[in-house]
Amino acid sequence: MSIAENGMKKTLFDKVWDAHVVDSIKNGPEILYIDKHLIHEVTSPQAFQELEERGIPILRPEQIVATADHNTPTVDQHLPIKDELSRKQLKQLTVNCKKNGITLYELGHKYNGIVHVMAPELGFTQPGMTIVCGDSHTSTHGAFGTIAFGIGTSQVAQVFASQCLLLTKPKKLRITVNGKLKPGVLSKDVILYIISQIGTNAGTGYFCEYAGEVFETMSMEGRMTVCNMSIEMGARGGMIAPDQTTFNYVKGRKHAPKGDEFDRKVAYWKTLPTDPGAIFDKEYIFDAKDIDPMITYGTNPGMGIKVTGTIPKITDTSFEKSIEYMGFRTGESLLEKPINYVFIGSCTNSRIEDFRVAASYIKGKKKAQNVTAWLVPGSKQVESQIIEEGLHSIFEAAGFELRQPGCSACLAMNDDKIPQGEYCVSTSNRNFEGRQGQGARTILASPLLAAATAVEGKIVDITKQLN
Amino acid sequence: MEKFKQLRSTAIPLEIENVDTDQIIPARFLKATNKKGFGDHLFKDWRFHKNGEVNTSFILNNPSYSGNILVAGNNFGCGSSREHAAWALVGYGFKVIVSSFYADIFKGNSLNNGLLPVQVSEVFLKNILQLIKERPDTILNVDLENQTISAENSELSEHFDIDPYKKTCMINGYDDIDYLLSNLERIKEYELNKAMA
Ligand code: SF4
Repeated sequence: MSIAENGMKKTLFDKVWDAHVVDSIKNGPEILYIDKHLIHEVTSPQAFQELEERGIPILRPEQIVATADHNTPTVDQHLPIKDELSRKQLKQLTVNCKKNGITLYELGHKYNGIVHVMAPELGFTQPGMTIVCGDSHTSTHGAFGTIAFGIGTSQVAQVFASQCLLLTKPKKLRITVNGKLKPGVLSKDVILYIISQIGTNAGTGYFCEYAGEVFETMSMEGRMTVCNMSIEMGARGGMIAPDQTTFNYVKGRKHAPKGDEFDRKVAYWKTLPTDPGAIFDKEYIFDAKDIDPMITYGTNPGMGIKVTGTIPKITDTSFEKSIEYMGFRTGESLLEKPINYVFIGSCTNSRIEDFRVAASYIKGKKKAQNVTAWLVPGSKQVESQIIEEGLHSIFEAAGFELRQPGCSACLAMNDDKIPQGEYCVSTSNRNFEGRQGQGARTILASPLLAAATAVEGKIVDITKQLN
Repeated sequence: MEKFKQLRSTAIPLEIENVDTDQIIPARFLKATNKKGFGDHLFKDWRFHKNGEVNTSFILNNPSYSGNILVAGNNFGCGSSREHAAWALVGYGFKVIVSSFYADIFKGNSLNNGLLPVQVSEVFLKNILQLIKERPDTILNVDLENQTISAENSELSEHFDIDPYKKTCMINGYDDIDYLLSNLERIKEYELNKAMA
């Protein structure tokens, strides 16, 4: 094959990107068209304000969807919010959306939820699209073969004004995981494993494609969990080629294309996967048999080990500072560590599948006395499904607390905070210092390991129990 | 946006890697609906103990160091996309950040707020941190037009890269909205073509 022919071969990312380039600036960035713009209460108010001050109208309000999630309470959502600043912020979102004709799923609405759970569930997220949101975990939507990434508030204002962004095309990275996962190893373990191997900035400057049997056989929920944490290795976003699993998921959803239109779209979506022989700027290849249930021990998501492993011995001031914050020692195993808080939720793991996994472990067992266990669904729809499927009775009988949807203890912006010094085994995506409350110590894990921790009151080797 | 051409200033050495935006501005301070006041909460949980007392061991509270330049460890600004982090750094008075690596979104957010993220080599970063710690009155000279950063009265000097478009924006105080709006006809044409495809 000649070089020219090889150069024609495109990746999934190239195909979607190139289809959205409006124009290129010589020696500069490109103007990229944005199909869907998701907004929430925390990163949008200053953008609305900026446009208003400059007298610029919103160009395509019908392509924007809003939800309230970051700053909402997860109990008594029907009552007025107690915290004055939070109440004001939500009110501001409502006012801004009304004024500009933007669809808003406000607190209490049957479609309200975490932005990255709500949009795919309603069929807003479709293959081949460009989607942005003022939130770094917008990468979640890449599970559909979508270019989706987080932006800052200035960029939110840019998309408001022009439905476009000025961007330099990122480089391309592919992560392949071959083989079949072992029992008890979930999609969360796969992504925690990858980040522990390549580090938290291996993806910076890149857009990542996940390929290989592990992702091909994964559910959409699992794919979303993986793509969600792309940002934790520094990548702007992650993508998985759309396939029958994707089409089946999208089909019939409220805002998905219908009838002939759907078939036409599927025909187009089928052209999107990376051409064989297309070149990536960087590649990593892993084997599923090397992946075990994972936990983190430090204050960045790359500090992960298998649950039966020991904390590595590294001499470096940042590493030592991190271990000290966590109250751990190098060489230590975390098995049998008493844990008082468990959080199952966040845009990483708050979909119905996550609660099914948790419920299947919890069924017939009781939560340990010492544990406070919060289950926070990603959306009102997930909440209804939990009740419909009877999972809530399993949780209730075991002493778990099913709360109302929202970001909750993932970022502890509302009242759902983990107390100073306490450990929390959490299904969220960030274990930064104080992320779940001042002085709180976060241990990231899968919903299965989180459920087991809540039942046992300590970290356990889940694989032993499954065998 | 404020124009930026050149800055001479002393600097504050923050010798920590992977500083995430949750540390720069903790989530509980994100409830405001305008851009003001975030500087007061910059690095809140590192600057203050939980009981509100000043943490005297944190570098920003060390009276030996001052200035409009923050020199930080590798991979600065990772994590949440919150632009409040850039607003907090600007609000506190920083005009330049120096590090060997930045997270993508943070870098973009800084440039959109007239805060210059200067990316230097790891060796240069190490040397400059060392120098500032030995001589806190060291003056750094950041020249955007020539894309150089140097420490006065020393041999330390390095060229840095910046996107040429972003450089023009910084020097003239333009922002992306101005540029995008000047292309509105092109954008509408794109929409039309797409709808017909
Ligand atoms: S759940 Fe957590 S990570 Fe996800 S959008 Fe909310 S705050 Fe961000």
